[in-house]
This record gives sequence, structure tokens and C-alpha cells, in this order.
Amino acid sequence: MKAHVVSQSGARLPRSDFQAMRRRLTDKLATCMSWLAMLIVVSVLGSILWTLLKNGLPGLTLTLFTHSMGAPGAGGGLANAIVGSLLQTGLSILLGAPAGLLTGIFLAEYGAESKLARSVRFVSDMLLSAPSILIGLFIYMLLVEPFGHFSGFAGAAALAVMAMPIIVRTTEDMLRLVPVSMREAGIALGAPRWRVILFICVRAARGGIMTGVLLAIARVTGETAPLLFTSLGNSEWSLDMRRPMASLPVAIYQYAGSAYQDWMQQAWTGALVVTLGVLIINIVVRVGIRGGRT
Amino acid sequence: MGNEPAHTVTRYDQELDRLRGLVARMGGLVERQTAQAIAAVVDQDEDAALEPPELDVEVDALEREAESLAIRILALRAPMAVDLRVIIAVLKITGDFERIGDYAASIARRALKVEPLDGALSFGALRNMARLVQENLHSAIEAMVNNDSECAMQVWNSDTAIDELYTAMFRELVTYMMEDPRKISPCIHLLFVAKNLERIGDHATNIAERVYYAVTGEMLPALRPRGGAAKKPAEAG
Amino acid sequence: MQGKPLADAETDAAAAALSDRPIAIQVNNLDFYYGKTHALHGITLGFPERSVTGMIGPSGCGKSTLLRVLNRMYDLYPGQRATGEVLFAGQNILGNGLDMNALRSRVGMVFQKPTPFPMSIYDNIAFGIRLHERVSRSEMDGRVEDALRRVALWTEVKDRLQASATALSGGQQQRLCIARTIAVRPEVILLDEPTSALDPVSTARIEELLDELKTEFTIAIVTHNMQQAARCADQVAFFYLGELVEVDSTARMFTAPRESRTQDYITGRFG
Repeated sequence: MKAHVVSQSGARLPRSDFQAMRRRLTDKLATCMSWLAMLIVVSVLGSILWTLLKNGLPGLTLTLFTHSMGAPGAGGGLANAIVGSLLQTGLSILLGAPAGLLTGIFLAEYGAESKLARSVRFVSDMLLSAPSILIGLFIYMLLVEPFGHFSGFAGAAALAVMAMPIIVRTTEDMLRLVPVSMREAGIALGAPRWRVILFICVRAARGGIMTGVLLAIARVTGETAPLLFTSLGNSEWSLDMRRPMASLPVAIYQYAGSAYQDWMQQAWTGALVVTLGVLIINIVVRVGIRGGRT
Repeated sequence: MGNEPAHTVTRYDQELDRLRGLVARMGGLVERQTAQAIAAVVDQDEDAALEPPELDVEVDALEREAESLAIRILALRAPMAVDLRVIIAVLKITGDFERIGDYAASIARRALKVEPLDGALSFGALRNMARLVQENLHSAIEAMVNNDSECAMQVWNSDTAIDELYTAMFRELVTYMMEDPRKISPCIHLLFVAKNLERIGDHATNIAERVYYAVTGEMLPALRPRGGAAKKPAEAG
Repeated sequence: MQGKPLADAETDAAAAALSDRPIAIQVNNLDFYYGKTHALHGITLGFPERSVTGMIGPSGCGKSTLLRVLNRMYDLYPGQRATGEVLFAGQNILGNGLDMNALRSRVGMVFQKPTPFPMSIYDNIAFGIRLHERVSRSEMDGRVEDALRRVALWTEVKDRLQASATALSGGQQQRLCIARTIAVRPEVILLDEPTSALDPVSTARIEELLDELKTEFTIAIVTHNMQQAARCADQVAFFYLGELVEVDSTARMFTAPRESRTQDYITGRFG
């Protein structure tokens, strides 16, 4: 009896050993593959940053921020493009954020699963993934064609249309994360609904909502396509948003396609500035999320 | 009690069953003690007289065991409603049993000192009383084991008869003692036996009260109806 | 009121004292529906003034549902409706055209999980008061302090009133929520399993608090913890499958309930 049991388990032993080995191998293989994938992604990002730094850094001078764009060889900077970008992005967020916030609040608090809310949500999600050139064309039809000229306003409007769905989505998602009991607790005190939403729910979700707005800014600053048909670009110093306006992405687009050495250099540096700006916003968002969670 | 559905926690049921088993065993022992003590007196049976004091040790041990189990259940299971009532009843009933055991032992110790005096001082009254007490004790234990509140109520009502018999015996014995001072010693022993029997009857009534409470959740009135066919307490209260 | 004699004189007296109390909220023949689901069947139950009514029963028996009818919390959710009558301050609160916010300021509610608002401790209390009254800064300070003292939280937080309420411990948060509710000066306080997320010490504190609050407020508490109902309540109502099976004084309920379903539940005999 005993011998039999021993021999049985003895026969089993190598097989389970083999199984264990196979499991260990599979585990190793999977780990290696995910490391590899991770390395590929990081190296792409790394090489972009490296190329940008290598080509952009030499042009990073004070002139870049103090002088407007000039003719090839005239030693101009990108000041008007940087200010133009800031103005258009700023205005687009001023327009897009309130609209996006209110829509997000509507979807999360009032609309819920109604037909209207579902279609609004669908449209907003479509907008989120719409090609940006289309949005540029749409604003062109709306704000450029009727007025007969390109303008900074049109550029900001196009960027606002891009920013809005991002803010809608994050606002709705963040509000939905606020526990139902929080709302009920407010209502149970005899608070009207709008007060509960504004003073309790939005307040509870404010970290997440801010994150959404910053993400929208980051997304919008790098956009070229919607600006091509709207603010067009301008090589002169101009703060008048009724006239065509320069912006970094468009300036980069123009300079990079040129045949002049110094323009190409400035395109690289401009790209570096945009990338660093977006990077900084992203880092702020990360830190903000971590701070908001605790 | 017995006829309720089982607890969700099986161990709880097992503990309650064990507790009921312990008091049932105590009841059996005490009944035997009483029977032997009465036989020792009435039949002057020397062997029977030895048994009740011996059994007393076992009764005491059972009482301690039941008590500690009851305390453990109270502490660990936080019993409610019928369970709570049963455990409280058990705690008190074991006390009653223990006292009954003591009285039986005491009767047995006296048994052989009660001389069968001439026929006049007959054991007739004592026999009657002993029979009633035994019946009541038996019924009280039956009521306890079967959760029978009706039966408990009967015991509770019939204690009056025992009391009346005792009072009669008391008067009779006092008369004897006044008539013939030589009979004082045996008469006193007999009086003590009768008194102890009467006390056993009282404890049987107590047991019936506890059983009634455990089964129905209602307490019987503090005062028992005196004499005659007693009314039901529900109507009286 | 029960036909059957009560267990003993003290229980009897307690029950009599309770039945002599005026009724703060009287529920008559209440039916409740979640869409097509019939959740409460013909409930009739009175909540005596300035006493604690405990509501017990297995999950899904309707006890929380009843609680949410009393301040019309169910109104938030379309598809939920109640029929019957709930009399409070001489008015059927199930009727139309009722000022819901005024009702909720008179019937406060505390929830299972502590729900401190994302603001300072001070503002958590002030929020409710500001909804219904205009008070001066100094009076508000007094009201906040009073509410915090009532829940024995004042000494613990008086040096950090402007700190975020979410930094408090679970037990402190729940006491803050109770303070927030009583600061509005309601007549009735509904508690929905208020201690189920708390440790035993915090639980004991809340129970102690209830004992004090019931001298001033009518309290209804839903609890899964029968011992808690036994400790806090003056009368206990047992719900099963949407029906009110039995309601009686607490002592009677836990020593000698009349219904076998009640007995089976409180002795732990449910399969």
C-alpha cells in the first residue's frame, strides 16, 4: 500500500515540476514582452525630446521672445506667435470652459439618462474624436467667410470647440464620482438642488474638473490644423484679435516648410517651446491629481 | 423552544440543547432523590435512606456545569426573546433543583429517627402529602421537558393542597406533643420531614412558574390564589 | 393596547408611558413602489414624540425605504412613488405642493456612511443653517459651537474649525453629520444605520448621544444591529418582506415578542 502511494506521488513529481517550470517561463516571457513594449514607447518619446533639444536648444535665445517674426536672415523672433498662441488659447478656454462645465453638470446632474442627455453625450464624444481640420473648416464657414477675413477670434473659437468636449467629459465623469450619499445629505438638509450641485458636488469634484481644464489647454496649445483656416497666421506684431493672428503651431508649420536655414532653426526652437509648455501643464496636472486625492 | 426552527448558527443550537440536557438530567436525579427519601421515611427502608445524600454531590456538580454553560451562552451569543427566557429559567430552575436535592437528603437523614409510633400517629397524612409532592415535582419536570405551559399552570395551582395538608399535620402533631411529652422527639422529626416535603412542593411550584414564563413570555402573578379551584392568572391579572 | 398582559410591571410602565406620548409622525396604510416593485405593504406606524423608534429586519425588508418616505427623499428618483398617508404636523406630507425643503429642514437625516461636505468643519455646520435662516456672524459662531458641543465634538475640533472636515476620523465625521443635522433645528431625526461603518467606541458614543438627543427630538433609527436597537430604542418595529410584522416597546420586543416571525428573526433563526 505504502509503496504504491510513494511510487504514485513519485511519478507525479516530475510532471508538476515541469508544470512549475513552464509557468515560470511563461511569466518571464510576459514580463520581458511588457518591458520591451514599454521601452519602445519610452524611446520614441525620448528620441522626440532628444531631437527637439538637440535641434531646438541652439536657437533658444532672448531674441526669440522679444522680437516678432522677420524676413529670412533678418534675425526675427517668435514673440508675436507666442503671444498670439497665449491669447487664442486663453480666449478659447474662457469660451470653452464655462460651456463645457455647464454641459458636464447638465449631463451628470440633470440629464442623467434622458434622451436629450444621451444625444448631447453622443455629440460631445463625436466632437472629441472629430478631425481638427474639420473643426477649422467649420469655424471658417461660420466666422471667416461671412466677415471676409481671418481673425484671432475665429482661431480662439475653433480652439474652444476643440477644448469643450474634453471639459464636458471630465466634468461629467468627475461629478459622477461624487457619492450619491453626498447629494442626498445636502438634499436632506433642505438644500435646493442647484445649491447642492454648486456648493457640494462641484466642490467635491473641483480637483478633477481643474484637471480636465488643464488637459484641454494642453491639447489645444499644440493644434495647427484648426488655426490654418481661422486665424491664418501673421508675421507682424498684433494684439488685435479681429485681424489675422500669429500662433506658434502655425509659425512652426510655415517655418519648417521653408528653405531658409534660420527659419528652420526657429521652427525647431518653437516646437521645443510648445512641447515644454505642454509638458509643464501635464506635470502640473499630475501633481494636482495627486494633491487632490489625499 | 423545542418546536422552533433551528438557529442559523448550528453551534448555538447545540449549546442550548446541551443546557436543556443538563437540567433534564438534574431533574431526573432530584426526582429519584425525593422518591428514595420518601420511601426511607414511609417504608423505613434503610438502603433507600443512604441514596439521597450520595446523589446530592452529583446534583451539585450538574448545577455548576449548567450555570457556567448558561453564563457562557449569555456572554457569547447575546440571546434574545425565547432563548433568553429559557436560559434565565434554566439558571433559576437549577437553583430550585439544588434546593430540592438538599431537602431530600435532609429527609433521608432523618428517616430512621422517625419511629413508627402507634397507629394513631399514622403516616397516612404524610403518605398523602408525599404522593402529592412527588406528583407535582414530576409534572413540573414534565412541563419543563415538554415546554408545556398548561401542565406548568396545573402544578402552580395544585400546590395549595400540599400546603393545606401540611397545616393539618402541623396541628395534629402539636396536639400529640402536648398530650404526651415523650413523643416530642419523634414528632419533631416527623414535623421536619413534613416541612421539608412542603418546601420541595414550593420549589416544584417555582419551577412551574419559570417554565410558564419561558414558554409564554408572561410572568405569573406574585401571589398564588389561595384555596379552591384557582382562576387562570390571565383572567385574574 | 396589546390585549395580552405584558411581561412585568416595569415593561408595562414603559409601554404605557410610550403610548401616552403624542405622535410626531403617523404613517397610515402606506404602500411604496420602486417602479413596478411593491416594496412596502400597508404600513401603519406611529412615531411617538421625543423617543427613539428602532426599525429592524433583514436586508430588503423595507425599513430604509420607510425612512426615506418620511423626508420624501424618494422624490429624487423618478419611478418611486408612495400611496397612503404620512401625517406630520397636521399635514399629509405625501400630498402635492408641499415645500420639500421646508419639510426636510424639519425632518433631518443622517446616513450610513459619514458624508462630510468638502468644506471646513465650520462651514459644514453653517451650510445647513444658511439655507433656512439669515443669521449674523456672531450668532452663527454660537450656533456652530452649540451644535458641536451637543455632539461632544467641540473640544476635539475647536482649534481647527477652518480645517477640512474630511480630515476627521470616521466617528468624528459621523458626529459632525449629526451636528449638521441638529443645527438646522429639526423636530425629527432619521438615522439610516448610522454606526454600521464605525468602530465600537465611536458606535457607543453615537448611542450615548441618541440618549441625550431624544429628550428634544423624535428619532427614528434603522439598524441591522439588534443589540443596538435593544440599547437605544424605546419602541422597536420589525419589518419583513415589506410588511410591518410587529411593533412594541423594546423590552417587550426582545423578551417576549408576540409574532413567531419576530421571534425567529431576533433569536437568529432565519434560514
